[in-house]
Amino acid sequence: MSDTPLLEVEGLSTHYVSERGTRVTRAVEDVSFTLRDGETLGIVGESGSGKSTLALSLLRLLPPAARHVAGAIRFEGEDLLTKSAVEMRHIRGKRIAMILQDPMASLNPLFTIGDQVGEPLRVHEGASRRGAWERARELLGAVRISAPNARVRNYPHELSGGMRQRIVGAIAISCAPRLLIADEPTTSLDVTIQAQYLSLLRELQRAQGLALIFITHNLGIVARMCDKVAVMYGGRIVETGPVRRIFGTPAHPYTRALIESIPKLGDSNGRLTAIEGQPPDPAALPGGCAFHPRCPARLERCAVERPHDTAVGDEHRTACWLHG
Amino acid sequence: MNGSRAAALTVAWRLASFRREGLPMFPIVILATLALLAIFADFIAPHDPQVGMLGERFRPPAWQVGGSTAHLLGTDHVGRDVLSRLIFGARISMTVGFTAVIFAGVLGTTLGILAGYLGGWVDQIIMRVTDAWLALPALTFAIFLAAIVGPSASNIVIIMALVYWTRYARVVRGEVLSLKERDYVRLAIVAGCSKRTIMKRHILPNVVNSAVVLATLMLGVVIVTEAALSFLGVGVPPPQPAWGLMLADGKKGLMAGYWWLTVLPGLCIMLMVLSANLLGDWLRVKLDPQLRQL
Repeated sequence: MSDTPLLEVEGLSTHYVSERGTRVTRAVEDVSFTLRDGETLGIVGESGSGKSTLALSLLRLLPPAARHVAGAIRFEGEDLLTKSAVEMRHIRGKRIAMILQDPMASLNPLFTIGDQVGEPLRVHEGASRRGAWERARELLGAVRISAPNARVRNYPHELSGGMRQRIVGAIAISCAPRLLIADEPTTSLDVTIQAQYLSLLRELQRAQGLALIFITHNLGIVARMCDKVAVMYGGRIVETGPVRRIFGTPAHPYTRALIESIPKLGDSNGRLTAIEGQPPDPAALPGGCAFHPRCPARLERCAVERPHDTAVGDEHRTACWLHG
Repeated sequence: MNGSRAAALTVAWRLASFRREGLPMFPIVILATLALLAIFADFIAPHDPQVGMLGERFRPPAWQVGGSTAHLLGTDHVGRDVLSRLIFGARISMTVGFTAVIFAGVLGTTLGILAGYLGGWVDQIIMRVTDAWLALPALTFAIFLAAIVGPSASNIVIIMALVYWTRYARVVRGEVLSLKERDYVRLAIVAGCSKRTIMKRHILPNVVNSAVVLATLMLGVVIVTEAALSFLGVGVPPPQPAWGLMLADGKKGLMAGYWWLTVLPGLCIMLMVLSANLLGDWLRVKLDPQLRQL
């Protein structure tokens, strides 16, 4: 492993600008993190916290209304924000792959599995149809689909949900990417298949040494899957650190509240602790610390001044006045 | 390469599955008969459709007084055999109908996909042109074009394609707008496919269904327009035996009691258009997943 991290995001800000430029939504604001080869980063946050926009920013696949306003995304030492559209296309799917929120709907109903798993190989490596099918068979084996020789000939509707899920995984790793971004890949699955899928992802990650960014609102998954966690709130990372530290000694009140709101088996209390209030409207974030209206440990300056990012331990940082 | 193959496969697969569920016999029998007549017109027609015998003018059909078995459906004002003209007329209607529908379909579908998928100014331009186009009355527009390029069977095809592509563009664009939000299209983007690849492999095969349904429905419209243009004298030029032209030629004889000169071609047009529409309606129901009740 080299010294330069695989992915280095620095001060990234992505805003949505309304047509006349009058309404600006700061979906991602001043986000920085690094990821080394083979590491797993979990990005956690409520809906509207900017985590999906962050994922799309990394691949430069933003909707037309969105703008990168500041920051840099360095992947293998190269700034992705300065790449041309064609260069980005060669990175997508080949060096950075992504699994979408609903993998069940990610397969084209009109093509065989072999064609779809082989598609990135044909696009990026100029593989022949026959060669791509050959590789597709191996890939199906790698995601532990039984009888891959028969399955390549199937159409998506002939397969179960769990299988389709694995096939989307096979498509993602087909070109041996260095980084895999999974945007809530398990929300549409039932719990047993979720667990299988997660262990498969881990296995693939270990086998290929690829780095993984896992975007989710499910802290249970983060605890199982990730080495590092970044907690997002109102477009900013409010706390980041190794997974043990985050769960053991959470520094930010929001992180603490999130952890307390996980249902635990055998909890005699009977009621879940919910976070008071609503997630903020990303177009009209409160001043100061965005979390202050809902924060149980609010100080007076929280409403006025935004807290700085401060270190509270080894690789553990938070933006909160309690630690400022 | 693969897109068109998959497109053909879907249609073939769908058609195969219909066999189990029963086909609409009426339109298929009518259209198949007309198609066979059109293809084998040279062998079936008893007389040359363009050469008349002046001694045999205005012969009524065989079952009427004065009719003969030599001219089963009578003769027209220059003594041409009506049955033969109807049979060759099927060839003209079928050829013009199918080629025009295909030309319009290819043009409209292509533009619809481009507009829907690329969006932005491409969409704006194509759709504003489409709107303007649709604002023109189709028949008047067709007459106008025919007056410019001059009447001939092949020009009619071009005119129809130019008049009717907008219907496809509209429908296809709408379909594409919903398709491009599908996850498998997003996955293709995330996998680094170019826009061309996505349009060809992921969009086109999925809009073929709608385009085929529309084409079947348009077949009737195109055939009527062709007949109307020929009737008005800006379509297929005489002495070719187009049904619309036969109607126009025969209309003067209507008051004189020569009913077969107008009623018979009219009946042919009606049967063909009705069959095309029935088939189109049936296809639309069959191919629409919501109406199909899977």
